[in-house]
Amino acid sequence: MKYVDEFRDGEKARVLIGEIESLVSGMKLPEGRPLYLMEVCGGHTHSIFRYGLEGMLPKAIELVHGPGCPVCVLPMGRVDDCVAIAENPKVIFTTFGDAMRVPGSRKSLLQAKADGADVRMVYSPMDALQLARRNPAREVVFFGLGFETTMPSTALTILQAESEGIRNFSVFCNHITIVPTIKAILDSPGLQLDGFLGPGHVSMVIGTAPYEFIANFYRKPMVVAGFEPLDILQSIWMLLKQIAEGRVEVENQYARVVPSEGNNAALRAVAQVYELREFFEWRGLGSIDHSGVRLRDAYVHFDAERKFAIPNVRIADPKSCQCGEVLKGALKPWQCKVFGTSCTPETPLGALMVSSEGACAAYYQYGGQKRQAEVV
Amino acid sequence: MNFVPFVKTRTRGKVNVSSVTLAHGGGGKAMKDLIDDVFLTAFGEHACEPLEDQARFDLAVFAAHGDRLAFTTDSFVVDPLFFPGGDIGKLAVCGTVNDLAVGGAVPMYLSCAVIIEEGVQIDLLRQVALSMARTASQAGGQIVTGDTKVVPRGACDKIFITTTGVGAIPASLALGVDKARAGDAVLVNGLLGDHGAAILCARGDMALETPIASDCACLHELIGAILAAAPGTRFIRDATRGGVATVLNEIADGSGVSIEIEEGMTPIREEVKAFCEVLGLDPLYLANEGKIVVIVPPDQAEAALAAMRRDPLGLDAARIGRITSDQDSRVMMRTSFGGHRMVDMLVGEQLPRIC
Repeated sequence: MKYVDEFRDGEKARVLIGEIESLVSGMKLPEGRPLYLMEVCGGHTHSIFRYGLEGMLPKAIELVHGPGCPVCVLPMGRVDDCVAIAENPKVIFTTFGDAMRVPGSRKSLLQAKADGADVRMVYSPMDALQLARRNPAREVVFFGLGFETTMPSTALTILQAESEGIRNFSVFCNHITIVPTIKAILDSPGLQLDGFLGPGHVSMVIGTAPYEFIANFYRKPMVVAGFEPLDILQSIWMLLKQIAEGRVEVENQYARVVPSEGNNAALRAVAQVYELREFFEWRGLGSIDHSGVRLRDAYVHFDAERKFAIPNVRIADPKSCQCGEVLKGALKPWQCKVFGTSCTPETPLGALMVSSEGACAAYYQYGGQKRQAEVV
Repeated sequence: MNFVPFVKTRTRGKVNVSSVTLAHGGGGKAMKDLIDDVFLTAFGEHACEPLEDQARFDLAVFAAHGDRLAFTTDSFVVDPLFFPGGDIGKLAVCGTVNDLAVGGAVPMYLSCAVIIEEGVQIDLLRQVALSMARTASQAGGQIVTGDTKVVPRGACDKIFITTTGVGAIPASLALGVDKARAGDAVLVNGLLGDHGAAILCARGDMALETPIASDCACLHELIGAILAAAPGTRFIRDATRGGVATVLNEIADGSGVSIEIEEGMTPIREEVKAFCEVLGLDPLYLANEGKIVVIVPPDQAEAALAAMRRDPLGLDAARIGRITSDQDSRVMMRTSFGGHRMVDMLVGEQLPRIC
């Protein structure tokens, strides 16, 4: 594939790995532990496992799989709300595919569908709007989910619905923002992280400037990284180079896609449609201030949260789940006490086991059994 | 007194309406007309012995082909019914022929049970029946018995078909999922994932247009050629639902061995790769309807590959990996990037990722 295969070149990878090894060998490492580098984004986690990058890196580097899978951080109560809306016989409930398996306290959307709810998988919010046009007698609800990556497309769909005067379409808004989340991780007590691989897709929208506080205030280096394996290796090399040279900066490896100022049109749509919530609940991380958005009052007629009666009950994560520790990098997925036993991709207890971008599911699918064997 | 002369061959019924109604499943004249007009017309005279409740065979016919009877059944549901490269009728025959052929059996007779949703167009049903008959004839098999049921609108999705097949396995063959040994070669007969990608595109709900057609085909001749060229062949299985990844895991499990495959050697069409990239799917798990995984001793791998490549259905045949001595029943892939990853059984169905 043009413009893709170039970033999957094994020869170039070997050269980069060699340079990473020589950088690491000349560095002063933290005492008694490897260098912990967190990839914030679930897309990076997926690529790291898919290409077997962890096994190629020197042992002195350990990748920590962060909170950037929006499906994984969805709290159980919000899934219950989705199910409640979907079970309304007037509703066609539309969602991205991997959100269908996330467990609620009673059932997932997939189970609700099996029980008779009209739940349909779509590939974009515009597909949901099209369903609304074709089904004027039904209410079509789109499950708005994801970071700044998907936020603009939901906003633009709402603006489109507004311009067409469509009134049987609404959004159950669960969009979240990345910056407060990184801040919450950096504020976690006892956290040991030496640098961040910044999320490429999110940064395409917000640019690189919003991350400056990570370098300036928390003194941690960050490199905004692309998703191909060579992107990730090069970003790791750039992070190590900063650490080796004593620099703490926000750098942009993914400049071919990410403009430092972000995407103005997308940001305008986001600002027009959403406002920050005071706080938003995250699975495993608890409530994080200003980490979620809701629709502004001007778009209340598109807000499923205000159109439908929803339980809106906060449901605690299962006690045995250690998703929070894994999300913050304090535990490796295979160190969680239920990993691979009562929590598997088939019967996920924790959300990290649901999506292929979730660290636990990725470990389980691409290497979990090996890690398990090491533990045993 | 005038006697009506005794007529041994019964008169054929004729359907005079455009769509199937519940009457066509009622057991009366409408049903007889449907069977006569649509199915018996398509399947031919050999199937036209409907006055008995079963097809009857001379056992000597089977014995001439082998010493064991192979017997298999499968149900086919697909949306849409017609897609680039095939239709539900072709799929229903190829699937069962292939299930016989992968065990080394010579496919001989098929049954066909059809569940039809009220309202289905008779012409559409006719096209499906003709497609089944044409495919069975190409495969050297015959559809000799069948059943039709009509269910109310909404009780099934247009047409469901179940086909059952019988064949005979030559005495010299003993293929088995437990027979893979360390060092054996893992082969496939061509580009993987075409059927799964073609069906997803044909559904038309993702606004992607691709030229990908299903690989739906009967593989009995190709398999015959492999077995002739590589008589030590250990095991063959068609990589349908769950794709090649699932078959490899079944072999690893069944034989208590591990398998290492090479991403760079695994043949996948560029369009399928791109399609999977866009949707976040893995082509190793996409369904195929004309692809097999073949395990052969290493010294017969080249002969088996050459035999496959001589067949039009094996032009892109490739050696994708080998059985290793590791007994943990794992399937590993050496990525073209130089890393390793596990290729586990698929959990549930593949769902496109959010971003």
